[in-house]
Amino acid sequence: MPTHTFILNGKRVSVDCPDDVHLLWVLRDLLGVHGPKYGCGLTVCKACTSLINGVSVQLCGVLVGDLKPTDEVLTIEGLPGSVGKALHPLQQAWLDYDVAQCGYCQPGEIMHAVALIEEAHAAGRRVNEADLDSFRNVCRCGTYFRIREAIKAGEQMMIDQGLLKKPNAYDPILPGRELKREHHHNRAAR
Amino acid sequence: MATSTDPLIERPVSRRRFIAFLVAGPTLIAAARLERPAAASAAGVPTSQPVDEYDLSDLLNDAAAPTANLIRVVIEKDGSVSFAMPRAEVGQGITTAAAMIIADELDVPLSQINITLADAEPQLVFNQLTGGSNTIHSIYDPLRAAAAAARGALLQAAALYLNQPVSQLSTAGGAVLSSLGQTVSYATLSTKAAVSKNTLVKPNLKPHSAQQLVGTPQRRIDALAAVTGTKVFAMDITPPGALPTMVCRAPTLNGSARSLNNEAEILAMPGVTDVAVIPHSAHINGGVAVRAATFGQCIDAIRAMQVDWAPGTAEGMYASDVESQLIKSELPMTPALGDTIDERFVFNFRPGDPLETNCAVAVVTKDSAEIWSSLKAPIWAQEKIASLLGMQVSQVTCHVTQGGGSFGRHLFADAAFESAVIAQKMGKPVKLMWHRADNFRQGRVHPMCTSRVRMTYSGKNIIAFDQRHTSVATDFSHGLGEILSAYAATLPDANSLGYSQSIFLLTACSPYNFGPTTQLLEEVYPYDKFNTSSVRNIYSPDVRTAGELMVDKMAALQGVDRYQFRRDYARDARMVAVLDKVAEAADWGRTMAPGTAQGIGVHREYKGYAACVVEIDCTPRTVNRVIPNGYGGPRVTKVTFVVDVGLPINPLGLQAQMMGGSMDGIAQALSYSLHLEDGYFLEASWDDTAYTRQWNTPPDVNVIVMPPTTNEPGGAGELGVAASMAATAGAYWKATGIFPTRFPINYAEPLWFTPYPTVPPIPASPTTEYASVIAQEQADKAAGRRAEREKHAHHTTRHAHHSAKRKDH
Repeated sequence: MPTHTFILNGKRVSVDCPDDVHLLWVLRDLLGVHGPKYGCGLTVCKACTSLINGVSVQLCGVLVGDLKPTDEVLTIEGLPGSVGKALHPLQQAWLDYDVAQCGYCQPGEIMHAVALIEEAHAAGRRVNEADLDSFRNVCRCGTYFRIREAIKAGEQMMIDQGLLKKPNAYDPILPGRELKREHHHNRAAR
Repeated sequence: MATSTDPLIERPVSRRRFIAFLVAGPTLIAAARLERPAAASAAGVPTSQPVDEYDLSDLLNDAAAPTANLIRVVIEKDGSVSFAMPRAEVGQGITTAAAMIIADELDVPLSQINITLADAEPQLVFNQLTGGSNTIHSIYDPLRAAAAAARGALLQAAALYLNQPVSQLSTAGGAVLSSLGQTVSYATLSTKAAVSKNTLVKPNLKPHSAQQLVGTPQRRIDALAAVTGTKVFAMDITPPGALPTMVCRAPTLNGSARSLNNEAEILAMPGVTDVAVIPHSAHINGGVAVRAATFGQCIDAIRAMQVDWAPGTAEGMYASDVESQLIKSELPMTPALGDTIDERFVFNFRPGDPLETNCAVAVVTKDSAEIWSSLKAPIWAQEKIASLLGMQVSQVTCHVTQGGGSFGRHLFADAAFESAVIAQKMGKPVKLMWHRADNFRQGRVHPMCTSRVRMTYSGKNIIAFDQRHTSVATDFSHGLGEILSAYAATLPDANSLGYSQSIFLLTACSPYNFGPTTQLLEEVYPYDKFNTSSVRNIYSPDVRTAGELMVDKMAALQGVDRYQFRRDYARDARMVAVLDKVAEAADWGRTMAPGTAQGIGVHREYKGYAACVVEIDCTPRTVNRVIPNGYGGPRVTKVTFVVDVGLPINPLGLQAQMMGGSMDGIAQALSYSLHLEDGYFLEASWDDTAYTRQWNTPPDVNVIVMPPTTNEPGGAGELGVAASMAATAGAYWKATGIFPTRFPINYAEPLWFTPYPTVPPIPASPTTEYASVIAQEQADKAAGRRAEREKHAHHTTRHAHHSAKRKDH
């Protein structure tokens, strides 16, 4: 059986398993990392969202065989460490706004929010309403509104703590602006 | 969000009296039970319905009363306080509310209170059912009594220890203080206050005015675990040897596996250890189970299985067949004594799925079984598992895990039953998890129903209100949470006559003075033809949406404003109060742009009142938004929600429940459903079922909690759905001019998704050359070309989907 090596939450890990097992199961079933949750296995619900090399991805759509030894996988467990704090500002914002109900989707929500904010700021702007509307993560408890509030507050904390570069200009919410398109690099087997 | 917690000066006195016990143990243990409540007095309103005197909350309370003495509060040696709650926490915030109640009564910081979920304890009999939004209503008084008894015992122990009279002692911050300035911690007193024999005591409850936490907004006690990914759900528990296990399910609803025709091939697949055929039965969906090193390998194995299937329970059926049957079975109206408006509304099947799919861990040996699952009726589950496995009840342990949502789904223990049977058959521990596609297609749903409403009027006067609700049978075979009443619910006609009718009568209500009011339920089909459950607030969202739309219609006919009309006919002051508050806070009647409108809905249930105003945007620009692989449609842009639950324990948690209930209401009005075609549901993914997503979410939500109006906390978990669903439907009428009679409103639109095949029953997880995608993403990001490329990617994907439409098998 092949051995796969990659960086998980800042530490190099190796795991023996076939190439065609999805990373969600490698983490949950073989490595005992339970932060990323299963909600569909179709990259639809986003409960398993984590970051690979800083990009928001669904682990249920990534084969372990496709990872390189230098690839950095960051799950909710490694998020505080990635900023050298006990809690990432977004986790703190989630607490401040008492976002979670059952909490099952929240690790995925937070991980995607981190990527969304970083991406907006890399493009020199702040997160806007269209970005929030583009968020596909399912929360069946319906905490959506508090998620929106927490993202805005968390973004401000990230700026205040110097975790983001200052945006060039505020990007106002344009009325009637189309939703941000989603990536479709995952070929759903329909 | 606004919170209002001003105390009301005069509140009705609770009719309950208290006794409590000190229970023998190594540290102080206090317990309390309720006396059976006295009969409630009549509500004294002109339009009287059964629900006025005695509602579902009372039924569940009475069922709980005789054995509630096992509500135990333990003072641990370190001074912390433990309470093993005989209820399921599934996100509704009951553990936080319970901690607040205990902290207040015992003068202990919230952080020192540990709430766990109790294992199934058959001696609790009826009192371990989490349903009907009843938890806080039923445990509030006994929990206070137990905590107060504990505080009393701590004071007594301190009096001896400090050689001071109790009158000179007080409690604060987890310690007893004396008037001389001495302090002795609960840790020190925990063993000194312990008793060696059970003792009856009269607890000295604090007056509401002395409560410091109850009524104030408090954050959830499990929030840190949730946001750090450390909250433990059933699938995060791995006893030694418990390997991932899934089931290959039938292509049609409740089909049964006859045989697996390529067992050797499946057993030879990577990671696979065992397979077992599990026949379908009333409480076990069944199919062919496979156990493997990873869930991914279970999925691969299921997709490779060749199974012979026996037909299901709805073979060849379409939603239109069910609708015909419902209409045929509708109970007749009595002749009207005036002019009438009369409409029938159709409510389609919709899922009861939480985000966590059905799942359970089972370790079964020759003479014992241990199960972990989110169970709202754990005693019933334990008793039933014992009978399925041929064991004594005492040989079965059922641990109640934190649930990733429920919405009525976990009243049943489908996964727990299945996991136990599979583990026994394989002779190995299993971690059983349902695939999402199975959860939608074979899991429990909200029953399809019709609701016909006739309002009779004479000039300006409404003189009668009649509603005939006709529904696919709701499965109440969990009974009141233990096996005797559950068995009774499966007897011929008993499910409908004994349970459905009772629940309907105890929950249905028209909160208006419309004169003689009749609301009748008729059910069709046996309870196990479709897999149903009391999906969040079972009858009320549909009953009330139908009723409220007719109220809107009558108001229009009479030329009266919709809010004013409701106010004119409101049955009591609490309803008027929530109506007035919501109208004021929502700026009711403000001028709205063309294609947008306000809608209003009210609801009364679970000892509480709710009023909701929504604003909806039905302009073409919004309705025609392109949502990749998703449904956009009209958007509710603002929700104003006012709730009066009697005595609010945690306004922040209440606001959360009303916010979540509103997302449910919006979804059920506009988009969330299952399409029954040819014996199975087409939907297999969240994109298909179109539950509310961020692009459907109102960017403006304001939930207002009314100040206390009684001494009793009412239910909250389900209260938010009916009023918001009704308000959304009414707003849609106003905005579009189209009076909606079929729900969800988008049901008859062309499908926005391509149904997944039914063979194999679950789709493959997507795969891609990920390394290159990630590399490309990063390059794009650097080059700022992302937006352009996304547009292109989207275009090709849609094209591919269309050309693949229904290209099954």
